[in-house]
Amino acid sequence: MQYERPSSLKDAVDILSKAKGSAHILAGGSDLLVKMKGDFVEPDLIVDIKSIKSLNEIKKTAKGFTIGASVPCAAMGEHAGLKKAWPGVVEAANLIGSKQVQGRCTVVGNLCNASPAADSVPALVAAGAKAVIAGPGRRRTVAVEKIVTAPGRTSLKKGEIIDSIQLEKRPKNSGDAYLRFIPRTEMDIAVVSAGVSLTLDAKGVVKTARVALGAVAPTVLLVKEAAKAIIGTKLEKAAMENLAAACSKACSPIDDKRGTIEFREEVSGVLAKRAAKIAYKRAGAK
Amino acid sequence: MEFDASYSAKKFKSVGTRPDRPDGVDKVTGRARYGADFNMPGQLIGLILRSPHAHAKIKKIDTSKAEKLKGVKAVITAADLPDLTGGDSDLYDILDNCMARKKALYDGHAVAAVAAIDAKTAKQALKLIKVDYKILPHVTDVDQAVDPKAPLIQEKLVTGGVDPKPTKPSNIANVSQYGHGNTDKGFKSADFIVERNYKTEQTHQGYIEPHACVANVSSDGSADLWVCTQGHFVYRQNCADLLGLDVSKLRVTASEIGGGFGGKTHVWSEPVALALSRKAGRPVKLTMTRDEVFRASGPASATSIDVKIGADKNGVITAAVATLRYSCGPYAGMWAELGAMTSFACYDLKNVKTIGNEVLVNRPKTAAYRAPSAPMAAFAVESAIDELAHKLGMDPVKFRIKNSAKEGSKSSYGPVYGPIGIGPTLEAVKRHPHMKAPLGKNQGRGMACGFWFNFGGQTCSTLNIGADGTATISVGTIDVGGSRASLSLIAAEELGIPYKHIKAVVADTSTLGYNDMTDGSRGTFSSSIATISAARNAVSVMKERAAKTWDIPVENVEWENGHAVAKGKKYGNLPKLSVKDIAAAAGNTGGPIAGHSELVADGAGVSFATHICDIEVDPETGATKVLRYTVVQDAGKAVHPTYVEGQYQGGAAQGIGWALNEEYIYGDDGRLQNSGFLDYRIPVCSDLPMIDTKILEIPNPNHPYGVRGVGETSIVPPLAAVANAVSNAANVRMTHIPMSPPRILAALNAEKN
Amino acid sequence: MSGIAVSTTINGDDVEYLCQAEETLLDVLRDRLELTGAKEGCGTGDCGACSVMFDGRLVCSCLVLGAEADGCEIETIEGMANGEELHPLQTKFIEHAALQCGICTPGFLIAAKDLLERNPNPTEEEIRFGLAGNLCRCTGYDKIVRAMQDTVKEMKGV
Repeated sequence: MQYERPSSLKDAVDILSKAKGSAHILAGGSDLLVKMKGDFVEPDLIVDIKSIKSLNEIKKTAKGFTIGASVPCAAMGEHAGLKKAWPGVVEAANLIGSKQVQGRCTVVGNLCNASPAADSVPALVAAGAKAVIAGPGRRRTVAVEKIVTAPGRTSLKKGEIIDSIQLEKRPKNSGDAYLRFIPRTEMDIAVVSAGVSLTLDAKGVVKTARVALGAVAPTVLLVKEAAKAIIGTKLEKAAMENLAAACSKACSPIDDKRGTIEFREEVSGVLAKRAAKIAYKRAGAK
Repeated sequence: MEFDASYSAKKFKSVGTRPDRPDGVDKVTGRARYGADFNMPGQLIGLILRSPHAHAKIKKIDTSKAEKLKGVKAVITAADLPDLTGGDSDLYDILDNCMARKKALYDGHAVAAVAAIDAKTAKQALKLIKVDYKILPHVTDVDQAVDPKAPLIQEKLVTGGVDPKPTKPSNIANVSQYGHGNTDKGFKSADFIVERNYKTEQTHQGYIEPHACVANVSSDGSADLWVCTQGHFVYRQNCADLLGLDVSKLRVTASEIGGGFGGKTHVWSEPVALALSRKAGRPVKLTMTRDEVFRASGPASATSIDVKIGADKNGVITAAVATLRYSCGPYAGMWAELGAMTSFACYDLKNVKTIGNEVLVNRPKTAAYRAPSAPMAAFAVESAIDELAHKLGMDPVKFRIKNSAKEGSKSSYGPVYGPIGIGPTLEAVKRHPHMKAPLGKNQGRGMACGFWFNFGGQTCSTLNIGADGTATISVGTIDVGGSRASLSLIAAEELGIPYKHIKAVVADTSTLGYNDMTDGSRGTFSSSIATISAARNAVSVMKERAAKTWDIPVENVEWENGHAVAKGKKYGNLPKLSVKDIAAAAGNTGGPIAGHSELVADGAGVSFATHICDIEVDPETGATKVLRYTVVQDAGKAVHPTYVEGQYQGGAAQGIGWALNEEYIYGDDGRLQNSGFLDYRIPVCSDLPMIDTKILEIPNPNHPYGVRGVGETSIVPPLAAVANAVSNAANVRMTHIPMSPPRILAALNAEKN
Repeated sequence: MSGIAVSTTINGDDVEYLCQAEETLLDVLRDRLELTGAKEGCGTGDCGACSVMFDGRLVCSCLVLGAEADGCEIETIEGMANGEELHPLQTKFIEHAALQCGICTPGFLIAAKDLLERNPNPTEEEIRFGLAGNLCRCTGYDKIVRAMQDTVKEMKGV
């Protein structure tokens, strides 16, 4: 196995483009090293991107925020501005693994690992986040929900690296939230999860909304019907029930060691309701 | 020399205090050496190839390619561990479990092993070994395994313990029965009966330290083994037997042990490491990965238990029956028998019957896990008792008090009890403020009792007095949770010198006589008797030396507060001699001073506990939260109360994990799905509240200080206490452990519909 | 295959080593540098027994490659005491019997120290969630939390 630590994005792309055999990008390593330990992957090449300075930063721009690919999730929790604008995204990122894992893991890594249960992804999808992709070809920007195509698979082409995640500037009266269900209080993979992001009008009526579910389908789901159920409402009881029903209906989960189909279908609705309530409150609803 | 271990009340100076443990600094600075922290010059790295199949015939193993790989120094299969067991079936099972001989019997069963110059080479070599399997149908579920149509795991095994002996083989290795009275008659006089089936899933001890050893076999037949173990003398015996070594030529040194809870009472990879070392002619280090620990060490049984209990309207239990099926893995065990013995041990019953079925399944060989087999039986029985109390409209504590065993009761497993703690723990629980604390919405309280026998067994110790008057106590029981501190307190008490002047060490197998292992809560119980005995022998020697120094008859010398004191009118004015004085003069009075003790520590006092648990259930998700937990347990005499509390808390926490989230999950392919700490969910810090403890001290008549074993009983009540709390909180009876959120939510939905 | 040359700082000392690309920092610490205070309980970041500080962040050394340590600063349990003088957390862990078998203790101490440095006055809940990445199977965590709380008290000079 070969280990490379390029100091520029261009070098990283070059190395990856020319790589033969199994090449893997190393950011936090909290997924990659686990897979190596279990012999699930045996890389011929590892490209450590942490020496690429531009990928190490959270940038606040006029348009919003850019989170570099090697920014550890712990740093997101330490960024007051990001936390204030996108509390749901930050809390989702800060739920991945333990404090130890937090010091290493990244949201881009969480996305590219392509697990349906990734914690940060439903929050990012709900937030309408975009991935900026560098590669041998043209730089491109893609909605986060377009990255993962199946468990363990992404739409990235050979030599491509997600350089950062973009989050838009928040309009007034906006809020987001992420909740997941785990059997313990920490250290588990989500059995079901829900991310909700919404914006209210001046009267406290939901103007726009996005609802995403994790661990209930091969990829994270953006559930448009669920969003529809709460747009134009103040999350009255009927709207909440419609939201839950839309979520449960959208699920196509499996029975596995973490939960059952019935459990996931039912609890997805429960979590979506609870997350919507939190997001609604964060958006400034009285 | 016969030692009278009977209890006599006394005032203690050292025992009952809470000094810092002697191994503390090494453990907080990272200096303490555990199984994997030891290396030998020139050592190789050993790795084991394991079956990916739950049940398969091994047709052929081709190791030729692996042997040819550069850096590989030895490759072994079962052929390198010839059968030397001479018809001893238990030993044969150990051998077959260490390295599969004809069939792989579970996912993870060892089939070959390599030793190479480094881990990378060894890993490559494993991939070059070709095993030709014929996959056989398998069974992993304990209830399915007893079905006559189930695939047979040991084709020739015919159930033992039943008369007449069955003619056909089955997966039930043995049936045992306990009890007395006439249960049919008893049920006839019952006004209320509860009858249910209860299930518990398989759990693992979950010690944080994986098994690890370094083995070194010389061509002259002598060998060394450095290993983390709960019983180095037992490991020595097993390894010597399996490898054909002289017992005395195999020296086993126990490392610090990073948790065992019963799982390190059994050899797994140690004979393999020795066989690799013998073949390679070099030391071999063999460390299990976490995946291997889950797949191929010894978890506890999965169980299915039918319980029927009847009571009359006055709240007296008229009859109780339990039929228990415990999984043993692929080899016969006595796990159901232990369950059958302990099921109703808390109660004074006129009519009781328990039947234990030892069931073979394609899972790893079951090993002891803290009070082995008792927690599952207690879950079933204490759940039924609680439900029966509800039916009777009686307070569950009062119902238990009314039926609890006492001194003179004939236990459900045979013996008549001496002074015991079940009544006092129940009374203490009844009075405990926890029982009166208010509960909120969706919250419930549960309580339950538990019993464990405690073991004694073969023990020996040596106490040496140093030239400066300090003392070393060498013991042969492994310190799993602070026993060196406890035994130092005991030695200090007997000698009358400060705790700080004692050093307790765990001796290796070549420097001390045989000791049984640290299991059955026997470490402090048995080694403290041996320590007291050894210390008293050392005191006799010191009295003789003092007599010699003073030139007076030894009958006129007494031992008081760490000094030899001359007694009688004639000698009363002689200045007393301290241990230091006597030790300093030893060279002129007869040489080094030591006390030895070799004994069988009989009379480990039985132990009882009662636990209280408050739980909140989220009715929308089935999530649970443990709000409050209290342990009340009899310790006989708490030698180091802080470490006694630690045992109570640790056992409770393990029981809570078992009750709520821990389980082995097998796929339809018979492969273990969750062989890691991510999905085998032991409690994390944020899952638990503080665990309050109350130590009761009802002296054990068979220990000089009244000590009882304390290590295991604390894991017996939690499964039932938590289940009763969840059932009360959710208003639905939970009968399947672990009560994971999907199971609770499903039960709630079933109740709704 | 030649090794990767790494220059790093461990507990304030300059350290150089050669390692293979696939070796973890934990492998390097334990097998190459004989710093065996960090333990391998799982090798997959689930137990925290291998916790070390890596450039000021708490990490599982089993989830870091040895090669990544070049130019970094590492603190391990071996560097926690100041010569003979134990860190207050080490003293309190012994005093409160916050360890039984002790295998998880080095990892807990590293995590606990980091927690107190980030939050000198944590609540019980903050302690419990802050230490959730470290598994202990012996104590039920009660005495670990109490040792932490007592350390907080002492460090505040109460």
